[in-house]
Formats: sequence, structure tokens, C-alpha cells
Amino acid sequence: MSANIAELERRRAAAKMGGGQKRIDAQHAKGKLTARERVEVLLDEDSFEEYDMYVEHNCVDFGMSEQHIPGDGVVTGSGTINGRLVFVFSQDFTVYGGALSERHAQKICKIMDMAMKVGAPVIGLNDSGGARIQEGVASLAGYAEVFQRNVNASGVIPQLSVIMGPCAGGAVYSPAMTDFIFMVKDSSFMFVTGPDVVKTVTNEVVTQEELGGAVTHTTKTSVADIAFENDIEALMSVRDFFDYLPLSNKEEVPERPTADPWDRAEESLDTIIPANANQPYDMHEVIRKVLDEGDFFEVQPGHASNIICGFGRVEGRTVGIVANQPMVLAGVLDINSSKKAARFVRFCDCFNIPILTFVDVPGFLPGTAQEHNGIIKHGAKLLFAYAEATVPKITVITRKAYGGAYDVMSSKHLRGDLNYAWPTAEIAVMGAKGAVEIIFRKDIGDPDKIAALTKEYEDRFANPFVAASKGFIDEVIYPHSTRRRIALGLRKLRNKELENPWKKHDNIPL
Amino acid sequence: MFKKILIANRGEIACRVIKTARRMGIQTVAVYSDADARAPFVQMADEAVHIGPSPAAESYLIADKIIAACKQTGAEAVHPGYGFLSERTSFAEALAAEGIEFIGPPVNAIAAMGDKIESKKLAKEAGVNVVPGFVGEIEDTEHAVRISNEIGYPVMMKASAGGGGKGMRLAYNEQDVREGFEATKREGLNSFGDDRVFIEKFILNPRHIEIQILGDKHGNILYLNERECSIQRRHQKVVEEAPSPFVTDKMRKAMGEQCVALAQAVGYYSAGTVELIVSGADPTGESFYFLEMNTRLQVEHPVTECITGVDLVEQMIRVAAGEKLPMSQADVKIDGWAIENRVYAEDPYRGFLPSTGRLIRYEPPVEGWTEDEAENGRRGVDGVRVDDGVYEGGEVSMFYDPMIAKLITWGKTRDEAADKQVKALDQFRLEGLGHNIDFLSAIMQHPRFRSGELTTGFIAEEYPEGFNGAAASPELLRNISAIAAFLATALADRARQIDNQLNGPLNPPGDWQVKIGDTLYEVVIDEDCITVDGETVDLSMTYTPGEPIVIAEVGDQELGVKVQMTRMGFRLTTHGAIHDVRVLPARVAKHASHMIEKIPPDMSRFLICPMPGLLVRLDVGEGDHVEVGQPLAVIEAMKMENILRAEKAGTVKSVNAKAGDSLAVDAIILELE
Repeated sequence: MSANIAELERRRAAAKMGGGQKRIDAQHAKGKLTARERVEVLLDEDSFEEYDMYVEHNCVDFGMSEQHIPGDGVVTGSGTINGRLVFVFSQDFTVYGGALSERHAQKICKIMDMAMKVGAPVIGLNDSGGARIQEGVASLAGYAEVFQRNVNASGVIPQLSVIMGPCAGGAVYSPAMTDFIFMVKDSSFMFVTGPDVVKTVTNEVVTQEELGGAVTHTTKTSVADIAFENDIEALMSVRDFFDYLPLSNKEEVPERPTADPWDRAEESLDTIIPANANQPYDMHEVIRKVLDEGDFFEVQPGHASNIICGFGRVEGRTVGIVANQPMVLAGVLDINSSKKAARFVRFCDCFNIPILTFVDVPGFLPGTAQEHNGIIKHGAKLLFAYAEATVPKITVITRKAYGGAYDVMSSKHLRGDLNYAWPTAEIAVMGAKGAVEIIFRKDIGDPDKIAALTKEYEDRFANPFVAASKGFIDEVIYPHSTRRRIALGLRKLRNKELENPWKKHDNIPL
Repeated sequence: MFKKILIANRGEIACRVIKTARRMGIQTVAVYSDADARAPFVQMADEAVHIGPSPAAESYLIADKIIAACKQTGAEAVHPGYGFLSERTSFAEALAAEGIEFIGPPVNAIAAMGDKIESKKLAKEAGVNVVPGFVGEIEDTEHAVRISNEIGYPVMMKASAGGGGKGMRLAYNEQDVREGFEATKREGLNSFGDDRVFIEKFILNPRHIEIQILGDKHGNILYLNERECSIQRRHQKVVEEAPSPFVTDKMRKAMGEQCVALAQAVGYYSAGTVELIVSGADPTGESFYFLEMNTRLQVEHPVTECITGVDLVEQMIRVAAGEKLPMSQADVKIDGWAIENRVYAEDPYRGFLPSTGRLIRYEPPVEGWTEDEAENGRRGVDGVRVDDGVYEGGEVSMFYDPMIAKLITWGKTRDEAADKQVKALDQFRLEGLGHNIDFLSAIMQHPRFRSGELTTGFIAEEYPEGFNGAAASPELLRNISAIAAFLATALADRARQIDNQLNGPLNPPGDWQVKIGDTLYEVVIDEDCITVDGETVDLSMTYTPGEPIVIAEVGDQELGVKVQMTRMGFRLTTHGAIHDVRVLPARVAKHASHMIEKIPPDMSRFLICPMPGLLVRLDVGEGDHVEVGQPLAVIEAMKMENILRAEKAGTVKSVNAKAGDSLAVDAIILELE
């Protein structure tokens, strides 16, 4: 018996060495942790149960039959984050550069299948040189098996990806289909074709970091959601992020205790809207003063900052926040902000996360750049996302809600459950000056008359009461009472039942 | 006694006057500009009258509007506060013409003392020592240079009508005079509507000590001891105290009597202050010189109130109503020690640049001082008094003085008062704009401040490289590490109370590694014991996640710490410094050594706008070569012109802004090659 145990211990120890001390040291020298160290940081102490530790590749070509490393370049298993179940795979760059083989893919598929069966999230820690070229099409088949599972799992269990090293070629499409992607600055990159191929094909000279580094993807492309400084910061932050998510689409949002009073009044919100309508203010302040403990986990903070998306809690329960940001481009809706918020709204709707929308939007951004790049279809995404969402939706219009953008931003007409407005709200087709210049085009030459008419339009529409008189606003509220109203609203909406008509799936304008 | 008075001022001083008036049963009227429509003093007053747009020149400085407001509301007297119209003879005269009482000194005294040239002549005649200088009108820069050369450097150029640090420039040589004279004139004209300038010798290592005068209309004039205001920056007072650690009883008497003599010479009544410059190098205390007399209530009057028990505002009102002073010189005592810190909207971490904006969070350590009827009740709550006129959600605007609040502490001894400052500053929550709370705390802890060896050069001498936070003792850092681990444990414990867990409740980690700067601390948190690197720390505290300030009991000391969460720990602010603290469970921390420290990019080749303001002037263009220290641009903010200089030599690669642009903080103005 003791010999058997000794053998188990020997095999475990061998597996845990991955690609050997030399490669582990090389990984560390790059500022990167090993696959198992990452899992250890990510999960609760001693909670990780590893599966398939002894799996090896089945390749016999190109001398591969000579080399066998147990685990085959990926560490898989399950564990807990603050006690809640999660399935994890962590690619091991010290083993064949983390390259994906048929068996490597099978390991990933196994935990994804289990996660789907039991309804628990999957977190993938990506650090892989790409396909195991020696295996040829078997490796490609492996990718596709993973892709199919990503798609099946989408909207059923939350899927998170952390890019902690290379992720190139076909490999990018698995994270691309997960719900959120986090990257580590300077040590991770994602691209379909790398700088060498780019140079050969297009003569463009570009670095890995510029082409597909964490900064590029969290600012320009929006492929990734947040860039972190290093492995530990990324993994510790993923733990925090995980706490906001329900385990699956069948579960309610998680709840944890908070001492923050549900009816906390914030008198200072009564003065946040500047006297001058053209002066910006920071919507983050409104968000933080409404949420529990001022705690807000923003996603895509570096991309399309004219809209703010992220998670917070009210009475200890997760909410998703979407808010126009008057500090950036006056909070206008454009292609990027529409896409960003649409995807966020759909995530919340998938996973029963109530959506709070704070509105201060002057409209859609005009111009050829927007029109020719398809603002019509991209703007429609956000409209579509809000309209199809059946989770509790609470909307607060703080200032401007102009034109089509008013409709889009979780309006009553898109089945908003509770639509509030601050007394400073202006709900109108457009700003008074623009409106008057259209309605009274013939009087444009008479500035006095235009001014008088502008004043008249303002008096009529630069307030929430016209909309409230039509029932489009449920109540005009004191800004200081916003948290109380929202907390109460969320309680009332906890048992909300609303279903969309049966369909195979919708046809959102992609 | 008056039934109703009007306060021709704003902010904290308007609140201050209203509080005393209310206690005396007098109705109050506030006047306010657009920017102050929501201000506390407007809410506090029984009535409020709107007097125009935000710029002071269009509202608070227009006497006619104040007088109209008096007539409209039936106010019988006006308290002018400080600044604005408080020392304008024309205003006092206009009030007199309307039969409205001015709560201040007689017009002739304001006239005599308000003009720095005139007042010096008078002081000399009254037998007060005066600093050598030129008395008369200066024609132009050449004339100024000649005068300065005669007096000998360094010299001070001052706008004749100036005060409060505005319109003053120091010149160490002829070049400085040539560069600064016109600017001084301009500032005088812009700020006070008077472009006359005078020049005098600048005394090295001086102390600023002033005597509080109080007189009535019946010929009684007293001195209410001195205040020392040596801690100044750019001639703007930052810390004031009473009494002065330099002044002996004998010196106090000598100074007091001289100042009273001067006040008598001009038939003074009401409150006033004679500012003296004192050579700290002369231990006899005989080297004090008349500087100027301020014919109004001073910003720093609360320290005098704390040690004498006299409510100066009350006495000003009573004197204006014709009452006699209720005390004699013999009744004026010194009880304990008081220190006032001025909390300014300026950022010591960014070269003290002015800051404007919204007070996202504003919670002073004690409620704003309420005047009670206690026998000597000018000391706030347990010796901590806050005089303020702002509120959470309010705006510190560019239109007025950048002072946010005055924090006054009283103790039996000077050390006790200073200790109370440190404690109160730790619990002063102020977010949304740059402020000097950490800097004030650093001064309060500074050994030289504690020794009382002050000069007006204190800040320049002790912080020649600017301010980067108060030095923290190893013991304090250990305590901070223990507090950080405690906070992390509490947060981890709460996170482990989430629902839907696989197994029973989990315990939070107890072993932590805390990193402050480059130092690592091993902190172990047990049920009833906290150790740092194996040694027990006598720490007791509670923390509810979300609390912005925690108060830990360390030994028999209270330690207030402001808490801000970061991704890997906390930003903890206490005792005048910000500490970015990384806190990791020990099992995670063992991997942290593999993380590569990233060096922040060098920004020195960018000229960055250090504060929101107007780009008044850009001195260079693309392709120009610049030397280190060369002026590149001028930013105007808070009515102050700030010259931005080149941090390194180089050629201008690109220019991103032009004169007249309004720039945000951190906007890149230009880039060097």
C-alpha cells in the first residue's frame, strides 16, 4: 500500500513540476507566475481539486513520442472563490509553450462540460504559444471543440478569460466568445496574426504590444475589458469581480452583508448638476454615492468613456450600471459607446442582474465618421439590448435625455420598470436652440425672436414634467433620495416576471 | 442694540458673524452673488439679498448694492468681515451718509491705516519703530530700482492697498525689481483698484507677530495679547497661534502699549490688528517694527478668542452700538494655547497650486462651531473648533479666496494644541479637490515647529523641494501595517459571507504580508492579538467595510486613518502623509517577488498644466530651444499668475494649446524633443 502511495506522490510531484525548474525560472524571470501558482492565487486556499493531472498527448510525429510531460500544458480543475464553486483551466507555458494539443483541448472541454452540467462559471487563464503544430489538424479540432463549448455555455454560465501571456491565431477566438477578458500589461497580447506576418504581408512595422497588447485592447479595440499591472493584481481583481456574478443563468445574483443603510440620503447630489447646462460633472460621483459603500467595479474604463458600465451592489446584491458620462464628449452616444453598453446590458440580462441606468445624453454623435461606419446598426444594438432585457430595469434621468437617445437609454417605452427623473431633467427631442431653429426656420434672421422662442421651448420642455404628465416618467425624485428609491425599487422588482415571445434566438443587428 | 444687521461678506466669516449675532438676538441679513446662491451663510441668515454676478467686482465690492440691500431689509448696521469692503473708507462714509452704522473703526482711522504709506508716517510719529523704506509715490520701474538700491536688498514691493498676501513681491536684486514692479502694480490694480506700490527693506529671518486691539467709542483701548503668524507661504498665512512662543510678558507689554498708543493717535475703536515684524535673532525681543495696521477683524481672530474668552465679533457689534467695553486691560488674561490652521484649496503635492472644484466629500472633524453661552465657549468641541462656510456638494470656485475652513484647537499647552491639530486633521474628510490637510499635519508634527523656532521663512526653509508627505516614523509605519492587515481581514471576512457557498463559512486569512514603500511587514491577525514581524502591537479597532475613516487605538493614542481601497490594498492617509499599502495574504505574497516593478514613464519632456486655469501667455513656439528653468507659459488661476518653467532643456517639438485657452489639470501644453 505504501508503495502505491509513494507512486502517487511521485507522479503528482512530477506533474507539478510542469516543464521543469529551468522553464519555471524563465517564466518567473518574465514576471509571470506558473499555471499552478496562478490557480493558487485565484482560488481559496487549498480549494483546488485538479483533474487530468496525468493526461499526456497522443502525438507520435516529429519526435513527439519521445517527449511526454504529464498534464500536457494545461492545468484544469475546480475550486472555490470566497466559497463559491468555479471551474478553472490554466495554460502552462512551461510545457510545450502552453501549445494546445488534442488532449490539452479535451481537458478544457471536460471541465467546461462539468461546469455546464452543474451550473458554475469557468475561468480560463490563457498563456499559450498557439496550436501544437506537430499535431496538425488534431490541434485545430481541439480549438473548435472548445469554441463550440464556449458558444453553448454563453448565457448559461459566466465565462471569464484572463490573458496572461501570448494568445495568438485561432486561440484568440475562445476568449473572444467569453463574457469578459482581462489582460496583464506588458506580458500578454492577443492577435490573429503577429507582427512578423503583418510585416511580410503588409509591410507594416508594429510591436506585439502595439498590435495587441493590454493597452491596445482595453483602449482602442475594446477586445479586452480591463488591463492589470501584473499577474497577482489581475488574479486578485478577478476574485473581486467574480463576487458580483451569479453562478449561472438559473441562479439569482449573489448577496453579501453590508452595513450601508439602504435609505442613505446624499444631500450633495442635490447640487451636482451645474447651473450651466453646458458644464459637465462626473457621473462616477452619482454612481458611487448610490451604490453600497461607494464601491464600483468598472469595466472597459479606458474605452468609450462617454458611457460608463460596471458592477456595484445595492443592499449587498449585484446590480449592473450603465450611465452616460457628461465629462467625455458630453456623454453622447456613438458607435463605440453603443457597442460597449449593448454587450454589457446583454450580459446583465443573461444572468439576472438588474440594470440601473443613469441618463444624461445629448443625443447621437453626428458626422460622416459615425454614419459611414454604421452608427445606425451599432446604435440599434443598444436599443435592441435594452428592449429585449427582461431583468429589473430602473432608470434615472439626471439631466439631458434628448432625441432618439432618450428612447434608447432604458426608457419607459422599452419596458423600463421604474423610470425616475431628477428635477433637473430635460426630456425633449433636442436642445431648445436647435429645436427652435428648425421649427421657426423662417425667423432665423431675427435673433430677438429666436431668443424668445428658445426661452419658450426651454420653459416648455427643459424639465421632466411634460414627460411625467404623459406617464413616461413614474416620479420626479429628489436627487438625494436616489439610493433609497433604487433600493426600494429593486426590492419591489425582485419577483418580476417577464418573458419575451418564444423564439429560437433573436436577430440583433450585429 | 441693533435689531438687524447686514453682513457684507461671504463664506466662513459671514457664518461666524451670523452665529454671534444670533446669540445676541440680532436678526441677520446676508448678501450673496450668483456663485453663492446655495452657500451655508445664505441659508443661515434670517434674510438674504442677491447682489449680482459671481465676480466680487460685480457684487461684494459694490457699495451701492450693499446699501440698497440694507434699505430693502431695514438693516441698521453692517459688519464687513475681512477683505472686500472692510477697509474702504468710501464704503464706511457711504453708510454713514445713509445713517447706517458701520461695525468697524472710524473712517479716519481706516483712511490713516488703510494706506500703507500714510500709516507708516503715523506710526513713526506715534513713536513706533518702523522698517526702513520709501515713503511716497513711486513713478516707474526706474524709480523703483533707484529706491531699492538705496534701501539695500532684499526689498519688498507691495501694492499700497494690498493685503492677505496679494500684490506683494520680493526682490533680491535689481533684476527682480525690474521684472516684478509692473506686475505688482498690475495686481494691485486688478485686485484692489489701486496701482500704487511701496518698497521697504526686507528683514531676514523675521517673525510675524501681531497685536489684537479692541477699543470702544468712549476712549478705552485695550490690547488682547498677540498672535504669531510666522508660518506663511508666499506671504499668505497658513498657521496662526496665540500666544506666541517668542513673546515674553515684558515684550508683550511693550508691544501692546506701543500699539495702543498708535490706535489712540487715530482715535481708534472696534477691533483692529497691528502687525509687527519681529527679529527672532534678537532674544531681548526689543527688535519689533510696525508693519501695518489692519482696521478690521482678522481671519485668525479665533485664536485670540480661545485664549482670552472674548467674542471679538460680539464686542465689535456692542462697540458699534455705543456700548462700553466690559473689561479693562487687567482683565485680559492668557488661558492656555490656541492654534489655527487654514485649510486651503491648494495642493502641496503639486507645488501648492490652487485647486478649484466640487467638494465631493466634506466632513470636518467636529460640527461647525456653534456659539454657545459657555463662560469661555469659543473653543468648539473639546478644544476643536471649525469655522467654515462650505458644505459637501458645494463648489470652491475660482472667484474667491481659496480658504475652505479654519481648524482651531485649544489646549492647556502649545503641544497639546498641536497634538489636537494632528488628531483633528486625521479626521478631516475632504475629497474632490486638492487641499493642504497633509501639509498642515506635517507642520504640526515638525520638530522645529514644536520647538517654537519660527520665522516667516519656515516653509521655504523646511520644504525647499516642495512637499511629499510628512515623514513617518518606523513605529507609525508598523502601526499602519497592522491597521492595513486588520482592514484586509475584515474585508476578506465579509467577502466570505456571500451566499451560495459550496461548504460552510470560510475563515479569512490571518497571515498577511503588508508592503509600504519598499518595506515588507509580516502581520498576523489572531482572535485577540496582532503581531507585526513577530512583535505584538497594542492595537484595538473596529472596521465596517465602507467606512472612510477608521480610528484605531494604538497604546493610549488614537490614530485616525483615512481609508481608500485600491486593487491590491489601500491608500491610507494619516499624520500628514499618504501611504499606498499593498496587502496580500501570505500565501499569495510568496509569489509577489516575481512581479516586475514597473517604472513610471518620464513625463519631464511634457509641459503639463498643473491646475485648471487660463493659459494667459505662451512664451515659446515649435522649434524653439529652451533651457532648464526658462519660463514657458503663464497659467492664471485663482487670480494668481503662475509661471510654468522648463524642467529640462530641449527643443519644443509640438505645442498643443494657445493663449486664451482654458485648460484642464494635466492637459499637455507642449512637448519637448
